Amino acid sequence: MEINEKIRGFILENSHGRLSAETLHDDDSFLEKGIIDSTGILELVSFLEEHFAITVNDDELIPDNFDSITKTGVYISKKKNG
Amino acid sequence: MLVQEFLERSVGRFPDKSALIAGSRRLTYQDIDEQANKLAHALREAGVTYGDRVVVVLDNSPETVVSVFGIIKADAVFSVVNPTIKEDKLTYILNNCRAAALITHETKWQTARIAAAKAEHIRAVFLVAKDAAANGHEAAERNDDPAAETSPGKRDRASKSRYRLVSWHEALRAQPASAPPRKAIDIDLAALIYTSGTTGNPKGVMMTHQNMVAASTSITTYLENTDRDIILSVLPLSFDYGLYQIIMSAQFGGTVVLEKAFLYPYAVINTLKKERITGFPLVPTISAILIQMKEIKNERFEHLRYITNTAAALPLSHIRGLRELFPTAAIFSMYGLTECKRVSYLPPEELDRRPTSVGKGMPNEHVYLVDANDRVITEADTVGELVVRGANVMKGYWELPEATDRMLRPGPYPWEKVLYTGDLFRMDEEGFLYFVSRKDDIIKSRGEKVSPKEIENVLYELDGVVEAAVVGVPDEVLGESIKAYVVLQQGSTLSPKDIIAHCAKHLEDFMIPQHIELRASLPKTSTGKITKKDL
Repeated sequence: MEINEKIRGFILENSHGRLSAETLHDDDSFLEKGIIDSTGILELVSFLEEHFAITVNDDELIPDNFDSITKTGVYISKKKNG
Repeated sequence: MLVQEFLERSVGRFPDKSALIAGSRRLTYQDIDEQANKLAHALREAGVTYGDRVVVVLDNSPETVVSVFGIIKADAVFSVVNPTIKEDKLTYILNNCRAAALITHETKWQTARIAAAKAEHIRAVFLVAKDAAANGHEAAERNDDPAAETSPGKRDRASKSRYRLVSWHEALRAQPASAPPRKAIDIDLAALIYTSGTTGNPKGVMMTHQNMVAASTSITTYLENTDRDIILSVLPLSFDYGLYQIIMSAQFGGTVVLEKAFLYPYAVINTLKKERITGFPLVPTISAILIQMKEIKNERFEHLRYITNTAAALPLSHIRGLRELFPTAAIFSMYGLTECKRVSYLPPEELDRRPTSVGKGMPNEHVYLVDANDRVITEADTVGELVVRGANVMKGYWELPEATDRMLRPGPYPWEKVLYTGDLFRMDEEGFLYFVSRKDDIIKSRGEKVSPKEIENVLYELDGVVEAAVVGVPDEVLGESIKAYVVLQQGSTLSPKDIIAHCAKHLEDFMIPQHIELRASLPKTSTGKITKKDL
């Protein structure tokens, strides 16, 4: 899915070599695996808002919507289509 | 009184009360006590004896809490390190304290395994399996559990190690739930808390049971904790601020809701409501994010009794923002250092009158300021170094007599040592403390101490780096962000991205520089020392 690829690309780029494409799976939990930290999540949200022309409300910043590449992809699709 | 007695007494009072809530897992006081007893038996069986050090590399989880209590119940000394620790630092720590055992998680084994191989005193490694955490004991019976292939007694053939690799769940399952016999006394070490310093290598702050009991008692006294308190902790257990939430809660018989990190602010807000949280310890990085949330302004958190802040000064804008979000909560602005756990707190009712003060010394402690000639300052508004006297003061740095002598100096009694904090303060007419600056160049980022030297050492290890200087830059969210000025070798093609990637390989997450500036040269003194203030 193109959306997931963009999300994955952003995360890998901003991990500064800490994460690799092979070890980052679409369903990996950001929280459980320590993939991004609290400031990273805000950077991701900024990127998504800019790149996909959506607005993320504070109360939407929850694990169900963001805690993996897959979940984030689903959330963005819903936002754009709904 | 030993630290584990806090837990044991609470078990006596409310065995079935929820002591710890971590995600979907809820553990009672009895659960934790029994698992800790089992771990203690398992550690002893694996060769861990009285006074041995055991290092724990785990995320915030029930297993981490069980490890803390289990290790001291085995009469040993625990050291919980940052779970994002990289191999070289872990190797350093394991060798520095000659750790007898290591407790870690499957997902960290890649890194930990290399460090364990280089630590000749390690006798046993306890590995917590991935899914076992969610399922209790089930995973130990799974055939594909990587830890199960290394049943107790089997050696890790791959690295020809001298230690036993043990599955946490199998090891605990085989042990009795009753308390092991006790050898330790209150003046024995309970913990080694590694902290960064200016010299580059972390130093193990030595805390006895007596130290920790005294500190916990003072803090729970001024916070007025009762067994009705329910604390939400998003702080790492490797940080004394996070660690003590567990210890204090065990002391007053409360409940801790333990999160791995402060990642999803709204989820944290939901937890504050759902679990009826009464106490919320935070650092300015957290309040910076919370006060920016617009939608929660209309939420009510009637159960929230108090919020605490330490590790870095709480900016006025954060105080205002927190007041708006949590109007019924008392805000405690505090100051402390690992070397004595905590120093001061500002009574909430003083916050409006003196919002930039960190208060006065906590119960059972004396604090005072000394000038450059080591004379006690009695005049108001005169800057001096803060000195702390109390049972919460560390016993020293593990096997570093010189560094210890710089911080701990003779006190009023011949047997006594007082702590020179290395921080400059002034006191107002009524004795309230105001932080002025640090004496050294330690950076405080995300509430954590960051040693510029440690980062510089790592930078110098990169081929192509000729000179490096690391400084802190004021940052609204992080407190201070980390900036590295680097001079590259002629012809080097390293980019700032390459440099950050190198740092990420060797440093914990909170130590990785946010900014890299390449320079042709760095300003120096006549003797060739880099002058950071001229950068």
